Parts: sequence; structure tokens; C-alpha cells
Amino acid sequence: MPEAQIKTYNINFGPQHPAAHGVLRLILEMGGEVVERADPHIGLLHRGTEKLIEHKTYLQATPYFDRLDYCSPMNMEHSFVLAVEKLLGVTAPPRAQYIRVLYAEISRLINHLLNVCSYVLDVGGMTPLLWGFEQREILMEFYERVSGARMHANYFRTGGVAADMPAGLAEDILSFCDTFPKVLDDMETLVTENRIFKQRTVDIGTVTLEQALDWGFTGPNLRACGVPWDLRKAQPYDAYPDMDFDIPITKHGDCYDRYLIRMVEMRESVKIMRQAIQKMPSGPHRLDDRKVSPPPRAEMKRSMEALIHHFKLFTEGYHVPAGETYTATEAPKGEFAVYLVSDGTNKPYRCKIRSPGYVHLQGLDFMSRGHMLADVVAIIGSIDIVFGEIDR
Amino acid sequence: MSFIDRTARAFLLVELLQGLALTLRYMFKPKVTINYPHEKGPLSPRFRGEHALRRYPNGEERCIACKLCEAVCPALAITIEAEPRDDGSRRTRRYDIDMTKCIYCGLCQESCPVDAIVEGPNFEFATETRAELMYDKQRLLANGDRWESELAARIAADAPYR
Repeated sequence: MPEAQIKTYNINFGPQHPAAHGVLRLILEMGGEVVERADPHIGLLHRGTEKLIEHKTYLQATPYFDRLDYCSPMNMEHSFVLAVEKLLGVTAPPRAQYIRVLYAEISRLINHLLNVCSYVLDVGGMTPLLWGFEQREILMEFYERVSGARMHANYFRTGGVAADMPAGLAEDILSFCDTFPKVLDDMETLVTENRIFKQRTVDIGTVTLEQALDWGFTGPNLRACGVPWDLRKAQPYDAYPDMDFDIPITKHGDCYDRYLIRMVEMRESVKIMRQAIQKMPSGPHRLDDRKVSPPPRAEMKRSMEALIHHFKLFTEGYHVPAGETYTATEAPKGEFAVYLVSDGTNKPYRCKIRSPGYVHLQGLDFMSRGHMLADVVAIIGSIDIVFGEIDR
Repeated sequence: MSFIDRTARAFLLVELLQGLALTLRYMFKPKVTINYPHEKGPLSPRFRGEHALRRYPNGEERCIACKLCEAVCPALAITIEAEPRDDGSRRTRRYDIDMTKCIYCGLCQESCPVDAIVEGPNFEFATETRAELMYDKQRLLANGDRWESELAARIAADAPYR
């Protein structure tokens, strides 16, 4: 009797699946309920950002970065403005650097809260989501008070930030820093030791150190494998050299460790936020270089020269000297970098975006191989992917 | 010792009971949800909502058709046509904003040298048809008249920071 051959069958996961975290279309080759191959199909949210940026001035390009990883908008802007500043050879004034660091960390909290909560929701726990989003709402109000928008802030500018922090905001952020760790404690009480959560995540989607390095993992996903690599420490930018914080690492590289890393990182972010406010110097929030950043509004209304600069900057924009740069920052999801080529005009010649989610999604195949169908959901949740930045 | 501890914890469902006790405590905390159409969340003076074209206190429209907003708009949502008016002053003949294209980045109000185009506090302007979102000059000026007191207060509140 010939040996019976059981054909694997394919199932289509997404692109409209709520656990796919966006528009991920996943072709899963299943042998029974065990995943034999996972084939992510991307491109359903492709908007041609990189090409569009080639046709926009540097000022107009910033809003596009908000819309890449829409869970942590300001971190995306951060990479871009640092890249442009590098090509221009300018640095933002100290106050702007501290505001940027403060808001980069607020974005990190926004991102990690969304990720951890929705991840726990995916594997069956609903309560942390309700608590986390309450805190997220407060953070988004901080966004709104400083930039005017709750998500797509368009706040970081070349040579500083768009507007100074309004009075009273720093105090509110500090009082948030005092109450927020309590909420994290509560979430940890519910989730960290919970046996259902542990059964769903411990030893699921394990990534070895070699795999993580080979596939170019960065951010929390790399640190979960035991590498203390964080661009905020490794290549400090803006005001990060003055900040005192730790980089958490874990050893196993499974879904549970990635969750733990994010929880600890949130506590570290709160530490950085507090330091950023306490150490924040006074002074201008924007570079005092009229060739790069527009003059203050009051001056623009009085001075003819300032008005000319204002018109010039908002129509033609500034010309960036020819050159190229690869500028990376530690976004919540990993190394988010902008490779910017300038040909000396007012528009980028090429803007390549290196998004961490794209790299992590590649690992989905080897991470989910041999696991059950339901574990794929846990893995997708734990690697923290957002399609805005993967498809760009 | 750690084995006994771990086994006892596993059998006594310690972490589950802790979680249940915690959620029970949260039941008695005040509600954080708001009853949206009747209650609203806070908005700062910088909030970027629906656009409006403002007028001077004497009723003259502020916009001088310098077209900075049209030039800076990354989404190309603004269309302006201008010509000198009968009294010789330069004003817009047409000022259209395609609200379906607009990305609410705030660059138009940042670029406007006369504080004419502003993004106001209104975020409740959903319409039933797409055509209603093609704002023309008349609609934008009407918005400005409707929100003027609030717009002026917002600009004054935010002026020191810009």
C-alpha cells in the first residue's frame, strides 16, 4: 500500500483580519493546525511616500513621516529632521533638543502602550487595553497641546520644533510621570505572571541571537535576544547623551520576553521624560538662522527682512548642500533610518526609508514555522508591526 | 524552597486571584469615559481643525492672495485665483480648499502672513456627500465669521510661543 500523502493547504490570513495589525495578508501553508510556511504579502498600504518626498520641499516632507508609523509619529519625524540637519550642518538649539527627546519618549510610550495592550488583547486579555488607552489618551492630549494634532503632529522641524511648549504643559507631564508607573504596575499584575498569557507566549516565536543578527532585527525585538543595542546609547543624538537610563535585555527572544522588554522600556521612558523636563534649558525653540528656520511670527510682522525670509522659506524652502547621509534613530519599533541624498536643490534627490517593521516582518516565516495557527497571532502582536511604515 | 513556593502559587491560583481583585477594585473607581456628543475632551488653542478665512474687525477680508498657503500645502489642497479688485486692492477671486485632500498639517496657517487662513477648533464637520467637502471662499469666510471670537482668542493665546 502506498504511503498516504497529506497535502498541506493554504489559508489566507488577512488583509482584513483584526489580529493582522493593519493590512497584512499572510498566506499560511498549514499541515493540520501547524504552520509549515508563512508568506507575508505586503504592499496593500503602499502610498509611494519615498517618491512623493522627492517632489516636496524639505519642509513639506515632514508630514509624510508622521504617516509612516502612525503609532509613533514624532519618532519618524525625528530621523528625518536629524538627517536634514546633518546635511545642512546645523544643530538645533538645546531647548529644542530636549523638547524633541521628551516627545520622542512620549511617542515611545504611545507606541508601546498600543502594542502591548493590543498584543494582550490578541492573546485573550481585554482589560489592559482599556487601561492603556486611558493613558494613551492623556499622552495624545500632550501631543495636541504642543502641536495641535493628536497624531499627525508635524511638530519637529529642521533646526528645532514648530512652536515652544505652552506654559503649564511641563508640570502636567511631570504629574503624568508620577501616576503612570502605577498603571504599569496594575497592568503587570494582570498580565506578567498570568498563566494563560504565559501559556500563549513563553517559548513561542523564539528568535536566536544569530537569527536576530542575520535578519537585521533592531529595537525591542533584538534586545529580547540579549543584545544591549540601543541607538540612544550607541550613537546618541540630540539630548540623549545627558539622559541617564538603562537598556533592558532578556535572554530567550520569545514572545514573552518581547512583552517584558516593552514594559521595562516604558518605565525607562518615564525616567527620560522626567529628566528631559527637569534639565530642559530655556532659550529659543528654533534655530536662529533665517536661511533654515522661519523667523518668529511677531518679528515677521514687523521686519521687512524677516518677511522676505518667511516668504522664501515657505515657497522655495531652503537649499540643502549636495551630499548623502544615513541617519538612524531609535524608534519604538527599532532602528528607523532615513537615507537622504541631496543634489543641492530645495527638494531631496532621494529619500530611502529604512523601517524596522519591514525587517521584522521578514522574520515571521521562521518564527512561526512549527507553531500553531493561533500562535501566529501572538507572534504578529509581539514583533510590533505597523503597515504604514512597512509599505510606506 | 523555590519549588514549593512555585507549586503553591500554581495550585492556589495566586496571580489569577490577584488580577481578579485588582479588576474588582477598578470597578469602584470613577468612570473615565465621556458621553461624547454632550461632553467633549479638552482642546488646546493649537488644535488644528476645520479651516476658516478671517476678516478684519471692519469687515474687510484679511487674505491678500499672496498664495503662500497654496505654495506650501503638501497635499496641494488649496487653489487660489486672484485679481485686483475695483478699488485697486489685491484680493482672491477664488479660494478653494479640497477638504478631502487636506492633511491638517497646519502649514497654511503657519505660512499666512496676515493670519487670514487658520485652522479652527471645529472638528465636527462631517458631511453626507463628498461634494460638500469642496470648500469655496464663501464657505471659508462663513466659517471665519462663525468662529471669529474663538479664533482671535486662540491666536492671542498662542502668539507668545510661535
